[in-house]
Amino acid sequence: MSKPTAQFINVGERTNVAGSAKFKKLIFEGNYEEAVSIARHQVEGGAQIIDINFDDAMLDAEEAMETFLKLIAAEPDIARVPVMIDSSKWSVIETGLKCVQGKAVVNSISMKEGREPFVAQAKRIMRYGAAVVVMAFDEKGQADSIDRKYEICKKSYDILVNEVGFPPEDIIFDPNIFAVATGIEEHDNYGVDFIEATRLIKRNLPHAKVSGGVSNVSFSFRGNNPVREAMHSVFLYHAIKAGMDMGIVNAGQLTVYSDIPDELRERVEDVILNRRSDATERLLEIADQFKGQGGVTRVEDLTWREQPVEKRLEHALVKGIADYIEEDTEEARQKYARPIQVIEGPLMDGMNVVGDLFGAGEMFLPQVVKSARVMKQSVAYLQPYIEAEKEEGSKAKGKIVMATVKGDVHDIGKNIVGVVLQCNNFEVIDLGVMVPWADILKAANDHDADMIGLSGLITPSLDEMVTVASEMKRAEFDMPLLIGGATTSRVHTAVKIAPEYDGPVTHVLDASRAVGVASQLVSEDGKAAFVQKTRDEYAEILRKRLAKPKSDRLVSLGDARANKATPDFESFTPVRPSFIGTKVFEDFPLEQLVERIDWTPFFRTWELAGTYPAILDDDIVGESARNLFADAQAMLKQIVDEKWLTAKGVVGFWPANADGDDVVLYTGDNRNEELSRVHFLRQQVQKREGRANDCLADFIAPVGTKPDWMGGFVVTAGHGIAPHLERFQAAHDDYSDIMLKALADRLAEAFAEKMHELVRKELWGFAADEVLTNEELIKERYSSIRPAPGYPACPDHSEKPELFRLLDAENAVGVKLTDSFAMVPTAAVSGYYFAHPETHYFGVGKIGDDQLADYAARREVDMDQATRWLRPNLAD
Amino acid sequence: MTDKTAQLEKLANERILVMDGAMGTMIQKHKLQEVDYRGERFKDWPSDLKGNNDLLVLTNPDVIAGIHAAFLEAGADIIETNTFNGTSISMADYDMQEFAYEINVEGAKLARRVADEWTSKTPHKPRFVAGSIGPTNKTLSVSPDVNNPGFREVNFDDVVAAYKTQVEGLIDGGADIILIETVFDTLNAKAAIFATQDVFEERGIELPIMLSCTVTDMSGRNLSGQTIEAFWYSVKHAKPFTIGLNCAFGAEHLRPHAVTLSAIADTRVAIYPNAGLPNEMGEYDESPEVTGAHLHGWAEEGLLNIVGGCCGTTPEHIKAIADGVAGVRPRKVPTVAPAMRLSGIDPISIINAAE
Repeated sequence: MSKPTAQFINVGERTNVAGSAKFKKLIFEGNYEEAVSIARHQVEGGAQIIDINFDDAMLDAEEAMETFLKLIAAEPDIARVPVMIDSSKWSVIETGLKCVQGKAVVNSISMKEGREPFVAQAKRIMRYGAAVVVMAFDEKGQADSIDRKYEICKKSYDILVNEVGFPPEDIIFDPNIFAVATGIEEHDNYGVDFIEATRLIKRNLPHAKVSGGVSNVSFSFRGNNPVREAMHSVFLYHAIKAGMDMGIVNAGQLTVYSDIPDELRERVEDVILNRRSDATERLLEIADQFKGQGGVTRVEDLTWREQPVEKRLEHALVKGIADYIEEDTEEARQKYARPIQVIEGPLMDGMNVVGDLFGAGEMFLPQVVKSARVMKQSVAYLQPYIEAEKEEGSKAKGKIVMATVKGDVHDIGKNIVGVVLQCNNFEVIDLGVMVPWADILKAANDHDADMIGLSGLITPSLDEMVTVASEMKRAEFDMPLLIGGATTSRVHTAVKIAPEYDGPVTHVLDASRAVGVASQLVSEDGKAAFVQKTRDEYAEILRKRLAKPKSDRLVSLGDARANKATPDFESFTPVRPSFIGTKVFEDFPLEQLVERIDWTPFFRTWELAGTYPAILDDDIVGESARNLFADAQAMLKQIVDEKWLTAKGVVGFWPANADGDDVVLYTGDNRNEELSRVHFLRQQVQKREGRANDCLADFIAPVGTKPDWMGGFVVTAGHGIAPHLERFQAAHDDYSDIMLKALADRLAEAFAEKMHELVRKELWGFAADEVLTNEELIKERYSSIRPAPGYPACPDHSEKPELFRLLDAENAVGVKLTDSFAMVPTAAVSGYYFAHPETHYFGVGKIGDDQLADYAARREVDMDQATRWLRPNLAD
Repeated sequence: MTDKTAQLEKLANERILVMDGAMGTMIQKHKLQEVDYRGERFKDWPSDLKGNNDLLVLTNPDVIAGIHAAFLEAGADIIETNTFNGTSISMADYDMQEFAYEINVEGAKLARRVADEWTSKTPHKPRFVAGSIGPTNKTLSVSPDVNNPGFREVNFDDVVAAYKTQVEGLIDGGADIILIETVFDTLNAKAAIFATQDVFEERGIELPIMLSCTVTDMSGRNLSGQTIEAFWYSVKHAKPFTIGLNCAFGAEHLRPHAVTLSAIADTRVAIYPNAGLPNEMGEYDESPEVTGAHLHGWAEEGLLNIVGGCCGTTPEHIKAIADGVAGVRPRKVPTVAPAMRLSGIDPISIINAAE
């Protein structure tokens, strides 16, 4: 008989797209092999159950759940532990239950939507033979007080045990762990509420278990790991004594209760157990003392100032400290014979250390960009002396012309690559954004460049890159061409770009790879071999691509239409928005956007992998992430207090009905005059039984059935950014430059989320009584979607001009479109609104020639034009 | 609860019940030819039918009735219908998916008729019919393609649908028990349980379910990798009348796993081993006396509630087994403290020390 585990059960949380950025990235890339190895690491690391979650608006969670569970079933070292099938969607849970032979745990169900679905789901779970996590959540919301927590759990228990016949030992309650010490008095008792509710549950509801997500409790001390760890340990110490059985815990993030320094433990205990009204202040008083490692009081360590100047410069570069850079640079200038020797000597040596540390994964991008800022400031200080000597600058390793291609205005990634290359002694000629191919070729000639780097973020840029490549060939160039940016890929580069150009073409995945690639391409020994290797790899990709029987089996457009999505329009009656036409928000308060920022993508911009807030405590990048986050908070405060940016938005609603794959918009409620038509695309990939070939038009009531409506919006947080960016560029401060752009992007996204909420609750008003926590909002746990033209559900960017015309967006909010339909200012988001509760995000994927022809006819353009627009979606 | 179920439970509490022996090896002895399998009805069927043993309930029912009768005469309380492969999935080998329901109805009717004849002959020893449900020839947890571990030939819903047809046929033909046996992949068994409970719910009835796992190696795991204990936790929600083991080895090698199961299962235990291990000719040659002696020992140890035979066991074996366990008290079903018991391919019991 298996040995009963008497200890607290650790549930692994890394195989969760919300809990691990790495896992999410792998799943999005379809790299299941690596994703499976994350599961293996968890089990090897001691997880006794693994939580598996694919809830993400951009994922087909059912498909991902099925694929992943089937794969781990083949791995005995993973499959030995039970799985926790985690989703807020019942269909995903049920898909998961169909794939596990063992006895799994469902996470979770609740009475959130009332008793009936709760009972029905519990019965199904029994039939599949699984245990279940029940959240203390009912129609009134998430339970926070002891009484509510216990009352809901008791009620759930009685229904499950007495009515459904659910085995009580298979029930796990999650009575919600919330953050304490937030400064809000009502939150002070949350720790006690959980612990006492646990005690009541364990005492009165025989055999039921209690679980919870522990890291929530210390949320307000994010950035201070020692205090957070102490809070987790103290909380668990008391909660386990009260009967808590299991939890989602990062086991690496726990200190031993008895190892916590007495003073800290006492004050943490005061907070967790809410023992005195000034507990939070008293913990805050001492919290900073423990911020450093091991609870040692931190004093700024200035011993490095006592070292020789070369070492001081190195230290300043590695640590990104600009405070003393001018005095140190001056001292070095006097020490060396010529100013250029300062650059060639200690500064380059220091940057080499930075480069090595970055290459070894011991430094991260934000730190490197800070290092570059120090370097640039030092070089700027030396510049007048160098010019006075009229000497040539030192010979750079190589010269690269970089540009964001015509039609595209996104440059954060390009700038990061530029900084990293400069740090490694490359000369970077940055042509900026929206650069036509002719200018790129001319600059490369004029500067006698060693290579060209192209960047782009939106899909039409992929085509523009192909154009640049073919023009380079026409001009008989032979210098290497580097391709980078969010929508670019190795496969696209190999299949579409490389064949257009005879010189070397290389895709660069991210900034950390840029140095390696560029260095190889200027290396006398390594270049030929590197070029040949890349050529061979790409030729192989191309060959496989051509040889591959089409993996995406497409059905005819007729069949796809016959298998359209059939949302319920019988019982669902669309709601009329509160107004028809548009409404403009001239100056939306930034403060309201700050709280809605989803920080995870911000860290991704800086190439730090992880999910916020867990990333702040990450073993590897945690420190880097904390510093970056602190800098971001400081700048954000300035942005808001000093009104650097202005947020403007426009929203519109129109009477609408679907006509095939088009949605017709009408001028008025009588629906007798057509205002416009939005043309959508339909999935043509062969679907499994029971899955529809989706098209967004399916989610609008068809012409001649019921009145329905569709919405649209453009929001921006980019107005006012220019003078600040100029200021940073003048100060050689790439770090602040990139930071501001990244924050403006986040604010625009936050604005889009906030506006969507306003639309749901008020402006359209179909979900007037929606109650969601901020976390649920970020996880997009609401119905209704806001797909943007150019993104997977409606991939044609060329529908944007019509949306902008309908909203009069250029006049209303000052957002323009480039030739390739990129938005300027770049910190902007646009899209449509759909209200039917069954609408969901999906990817159109590959389409066939029949739909291309149909689409061209609907758009009244020729096939060539339609082909250009839809190229990324055309089957090869 | 039907009267039949109540009667079965009462008897199982009083004594060790005996199941029948091997159907397959008994059919082999008849040396049936292609023409015997086809019968009149399928004489023009496009594919070979020899080896489709379940089809015999339609084309050669007398052979099957004779085997049932021989086991009942030897002392079996429970006989199994000849429907082990009676799903549309397994029948696809012969392109006979459409006959799945009919085979189950007729298979159950046939066993019912013979069992009832014996019940009236020996009213003090009523006989029961267990509707046999095999694992199908496809697995839900294991990829048949070593290069593609995520691939499956069938999905859960397909298997549930196939099993539902089978369960409906067995019930319509008059089976007393649903016997999900030779479980090599626990997910297939879970699909069978799911289908069975769906049918029960739709019809507002409930029959006893017997579940029987097959271990595939000496370490005591089934083909999909689960230990016996993990298997038990995976299927406990069926609230089965018995949990057990069949096939794989003879009694001698099955014993340690039977001991494990007997210790943890808070329901009755049913074991029906093969007649030893196959010899170099692929034949089972353990004598009835040896099999009977082994199982007599198990009964004395208190491991058994129900016992029978699998591959290679003849009416003589069943008689020896029935004699061996006669008069020995059935295993006492233990009380197991309620605890959350989960499983992957290994089991885990979560018991809080504070409780």
